[in-house]
Formats: sequence, C-alpha cells, structure tokens
Amino acid sequence: MNELLEFLSFSNPNVRVVTFGTMYIGMSAAMVGSFAFLRKRSLIGDAIAHAILPGIAISFMLTQSKSPYILMFGALVSGWAAMLLIEAITKHSKLKPDTAIGLVLSVFFGVGILLLTHIQHSGAGNQAGLDQFLFGKAASMTQDDLIAYSVVAAILLITVFLLFKEFKLLSFNAEFAQISGLPVRSLQFVLSSITVLAIATGIQAVGVVLMAALIITPAAAARSWTENLVKLLFIAGFAGMLSGFVGSYISFTAPNMPTGPWIVMSLSAIAVISLVFAPKRGLWSKMKRQRENREKILTENILKAIYHLSERRATDFPVIDEEDLMEVRRFPEDELRKGLRLLKKRFLILRQAEGFRLSEEGLTEAKRVVRLHRLWEMYLTQRMRLKADHIHPNAETIEHIINPEIEEELLRELGYPDKDPHESPIPYK
Amino acid sequence: MDIRPEKTAIEVHNLTASYNRKPVLWDIDFSLPQGQLIGIVGPNGSGKTTLLRNMMGLMEPDSGYVNMFGKKLDEVRERVSYVPQRETVDWDFPANVMDVVLMGCYRKSNLFKRLTKKDRDIATEALEKVNMLPYANRQISQLSGGQQQRVFIARSLAQQADLYLMDEPFVGVDAATEESILNLLSEMKKEGKTVVIVHHDLQTAYEYFDWIVLLNTRLVASGPKSEVFDTDLLQEAYGGRLTVLSRIGDLMAKKNFPVRESEFKEKEGPGDERAS
Repeated sequence: MNELLEFLSFSNPNVRVVTFGTMYIGMSAAMVGSFAFLRKRSLIGDAIAHAILPGIAISFMLTQSKSPYILMFGALVSGWAAMLLIEAITKHSKLKPDTAIGLVLSVFFGVGILLLTHIQHSGAGNQAGLDQFLFGKAASMTQDDLIAYSVVAAILLITVFLLFKEFKLLSFNAEFAQISGLPVRSLQFVLSSITVLAIATGIQAVGVVLMAALIITPAAAARSWTENLVKLLFIAGFAGMLSGFVGSYISFTAPNMPTGPWIVMSLSAIAVISLVFAPKRGLWSKMKRQRENREKILTENILKAIYHLSERRATDFPVIDEEDLMEVRRFPEDELRKGLRLLKKRFLILRQAEGFRLSEEGLTEAKRVVRLHRLWEMYLTQRMRLKADHIHPNAETIEHIINPEIEEELLRELGYPDKDPHESPIPYK
Repeated sequence: MDIRPEKTAIEVHNLTASYNRKPVLWDIDFSLPQGQLIGIVGPNGSGKTTLLRNMMGLMEPDSGYVNMFGKKLDEVRERVSYVPQRETVDWDFPANVMDVVLMGCYRKSNLFKRLTKKDRDIATEALEKVNMLPYANRQISQLSGGQQQRVFIARSLAQQADLYLMDEPFVGVDAATEESILNLLSEMKKEGKTVVIVHHDLQTAYEYFDWIVLLNTRLVASGPKSEVFDTDLLQEAYGGRLTVLSRIGDLMAKKNFPVRESEFKEKEGPGDERAS
C-alpha cells in the first residue's frame, strides 16, 4: 500500500518521467493503431517498428548524437522508406501484401542489426544504450525524452482531431474519398507519418519486437466495447495509457522487472478481458446467447409435446407426467427435467397431484409454437414448393426463431390458413 | 452501332484498359446523353465495372480518356457522384447509418472542418429519399444487403451531383429496395439528373433504362433502348467473347507486352489538336 502511495506521489522524478513517458507512448500508439486496425493494416505497424532500426543506427553514425529528435528523424525516414517500399512491391510485383510486409520487415531489421553491431564494435565512446531499441528500456528515459514524447503525443492528438472525419472515410472507403475530390494521397501521407512517429517513440519504451502489441492490441480490445469510432479511439487510448501506468508501477515495486514487457502484459490482459467479457461482442455473451437459444428450443419443444397430448386427448389442460411426454418425443432425461424446471419457474406449467398441466399462459405459448411450426410448413410447401414429407425437419428449427413481425407477414402472405399441409388444424389465439 | 446524343453527359474516347497487363476493355468509344437513365449492360466479365472505375478515375487507362460535361473529371468532380458495389467495404465498421451518409458531404472545401447543420439536413433528406430515415441511428453492421445498398445510394445523393454512376445497385437486394431505387431513379430523371447504372440482367434492363450500352470487352452498341434491343446485337453481346481477341489479350499478359505504344495513347481531352 505504501509503495502504491509512494508511486502515486511521484516524489521520485525518475518514476515520474517513466510513468508519464510510457503513458504518452501507450496513448499515441493506440490512437494511430486504431486507424491501422480499421484499415486492416495491423501488421504494417510491426514492419515499420522493425524497419526503423537502420534509420536510428545511421543517424547515430552520422551525427554521433543520441538526442531523441535526431534519432527520431532517422527513424522517421527509414520507417517511411519501408512503408513506400511495401506499397511499391505490392503494386509492381505479383507478391501479396503479407509477403511484401514480411520481406521488408526482415531485410530492414537485418540491416539494422548489422549496423548496430558495427557501432558497438567500433568503440565510439557514447554508443551505449543504442541496443535499448531492440528490447526497449523505459527505465532509462530522461526528462528530454519525456518532452519529446509529449510533443509527439500532442502532434498526434491535434492531427487526429483536425482530420478525424477524413481519416474515418479513408479507413471505411478510401476510393470514395478519392472520388469526393479529397487529397487522398496527402491524407494517407499524414496518417502514415503520424503512425511512423508514434512507432518511433514507442520502440524506445518497449523495443522493436514488442511494438506491434502497442499498436494493435488497444484497438482490438476497444472494438469489443463499442460501435462508435470516437469511443473506440478514447477506449483504445485509455487502454494504452493504463498499460503504461501499470507497467511502470510493476517495474517500480518489483526491482529488476522490465517496464516494456509489463506494459505489453497488462495490455494483453486488458485485451483478453475485453474479448471475453465485453457485452454483445464478447465471448461470454455469445455463450450466454447460445445457452438461451438452447433453453428456448428445449422449453418450446416440451410445450409443443404437451399440446400434441392435449390434441390427442381432446382437452385443453390434460394432466400429464414425464412418461407421457417421452411417448410424444424422446427427450434426453436430464434435459427434460431441466426444461420442466424452467417452465415451472415461468409458471407456464403447474404442478398437479399426479404430474402437471399447462397454465393459461402455457397454453397460449404452446399454441404459438405449434402455430408457427404449421405456418412455416405451409410456407415451405406453397412458396418453396417442397414436398409435404420433406418439410418437418426444417420447420422443427425455424419455429423457434420466427418473431411476431415475421409471423404477421407469414399470416398475411398465406391468407390465415386453417390447416397445415398434413391436414392438422393451425391453432390461433 | 454507336448513336451520338444531342447533349453529352459523358464522352468515352477510345478507352483501352487492362488488369495486370491483360486488356479487359478494347478501344471503347461512345457518348452518353444528359438527363436519362442509362444502363451499361453485358455478361459477367465483360468489363462493366472496369469501365465505370475508369470513368471515375479510379483506374488509369492504357489509352484514351473520359470527359464529363465536356471537361476533365477533376474540373467537374462536384457534379459527379459514384455508388460502388456494396461488397467493396467492410460493413463491420464502427459507424451508424447517418455517419456513412454524411460522408457524402465531405469536400475538399471542408477539410479540417466540422460538418454543419446544413450537411445534416442534406443527409437526412437523402435518407428520406431511400426510405431509410427510421434507420439513421442503426449500426451499419446490422443492415441487410438491400439496406446497405440504400445507404450507399443515400450517401451518393448527399453529394448533390448532376451525374450519378452506380455499380450493380440491384444485385442481391430485396423487393422493397428494388422498388425504392426505381422510384428514386424516376424522380431523379424528372429533376434532370443523369444516372448511369452497371447492370447485368438483360430481362430488366429494357424496363429500367432509356439508353443502353451493350458491352462485352468491346463496345457492341450504344443508343436508345429501342434501337439497341435488337436480336443480332444482343446475341453479339451475350454470345461469348471474340476468341481471337481474348487470345491476343492472354498473349499480351503472358509476354508482358505494352498495351499501347506511347505515341498512340490519346490521353488528351478536347481542345487539343488530335488525329481522329
């Protein structure tokens, strides 16, 4: 607890620099990553991150300086070169984009490693620290770095704010942007430039290898929570900042724990939680929906079986037991008990001295299911010209999904028929 | 047959276009009238979409040019609108119907700027015209195919153009959408708009359009429908491709051959001295 308070007080200037630095980086990467994600260019981020390495090495070799601005300039140039090369290869050869990305990534990265190795063996006095670009070393961030990152974050935010609607159109339908007379090539240039910029700053914290995670993961996580682009950008940005914060905190409390990997770990945790628990798009709600569907099918099948019994015995509310139901349809035993329990809970069936019977609502519901089944059979024979002996399996499933609007339409189209194709009466309310 | 209209909306001059060096359109040359409903009709793979994309400047032709209202496309951009096939975008994009229709209001002139109340009114009216206003706040991922098509048309209407090019708007749509598009088309015609539609169904083409372009990698006919709907011409358009022509095309792709020699590209528009 004390550690958390000490961390939050930011009394240690180094902690302050690292925390804010990684938060800025996380947010910037998430912001541009969202557009890359929506344009289905997620892997470009990975390629650029790797391709930046030779640019950094060359600019150091030329200037012997480690100023973040000079290194960033070199990074920008080689990131850009890589992006153009990927585009050119895709356009002028028969190679597909994924191949072009892989090709450029490995060649640039290879050259980068070569140059870094050369620098390290050349014995230049201040080469130390350049290898941090490989795996990142957030802990060595300086005040100057922090200023540079906040400038980058500000440039990014302002650009996205000003060109939000154009970036939206570019991500959704670039050709339409072109026919609207928008300067598509310039817009793409701006979007790519801020992407390279965000990546060039990001690799100093998490390194080349983990950078792709910072670009892709926040957007992928945010997408599960919202259907709105503005909210998506905010959620992704927040996830990026949060992961920077958590990563810094963990490396603060546990000495010798690297910041970068922990940023990526916490981002991954956010992504997993999002993919599983997000409402609507999450895995959990999908499973819940499937369970609800199964229960709906089961209970409606039982109601239908009861209705068939009432037809046979020519009474609306026959008292029946599980064996009677089994005669109509072979339900698996535990399924049947579960279904009956659900029906009782909803008061659609009522317990009797020997067995149970439908309630008023139960009868209405049972009639509805049987009506839909028989209506659909009518539709299949009349509209789709299926043979009467082939339609039952189809109707068994479809009866559970027809909603009141479609029922209304079916009734109108079929002219409120009395009997189904097997001459069984269609029950109305 | 190539009948020339009195007032020209689009002039396609000697257009040759190719994919991966294989020509898919050979020396297409025709002019389309203003204020009519025009169908570009032909079998699958006859180059209809390629022609439309060349007209809209989305592809660079190997030779020839396209003029709209007697000018280059760039000079009359704001008078021309385009409805792409709906499969060309991913509808699982985080946006609602209104967002997409508003995209029709994006211009070079409102770059960096927020959209205005007037833009919203224009978009609302466009949605109304395709009977999609009740769905304005619906997520586009939840739309049916026909509804997607109507949203794309509404976005195009929001561009408030004089000339509309639509790529297969009737493919895979429900009856309600088809009716809504047809009503819209006749209304647009009344307002004097020109609408060019890529269409593959011969049965309905005669019913829908005033002017028909029959295409099968080459121009078979262009003219008022009564003149173009002629058994011989239809047979020519739908009777398969010319064998020698497609073999030449295959050969050019295989040998990496230039589609046109550089001095015969005819890329210049009107006003230039040119050999005809």
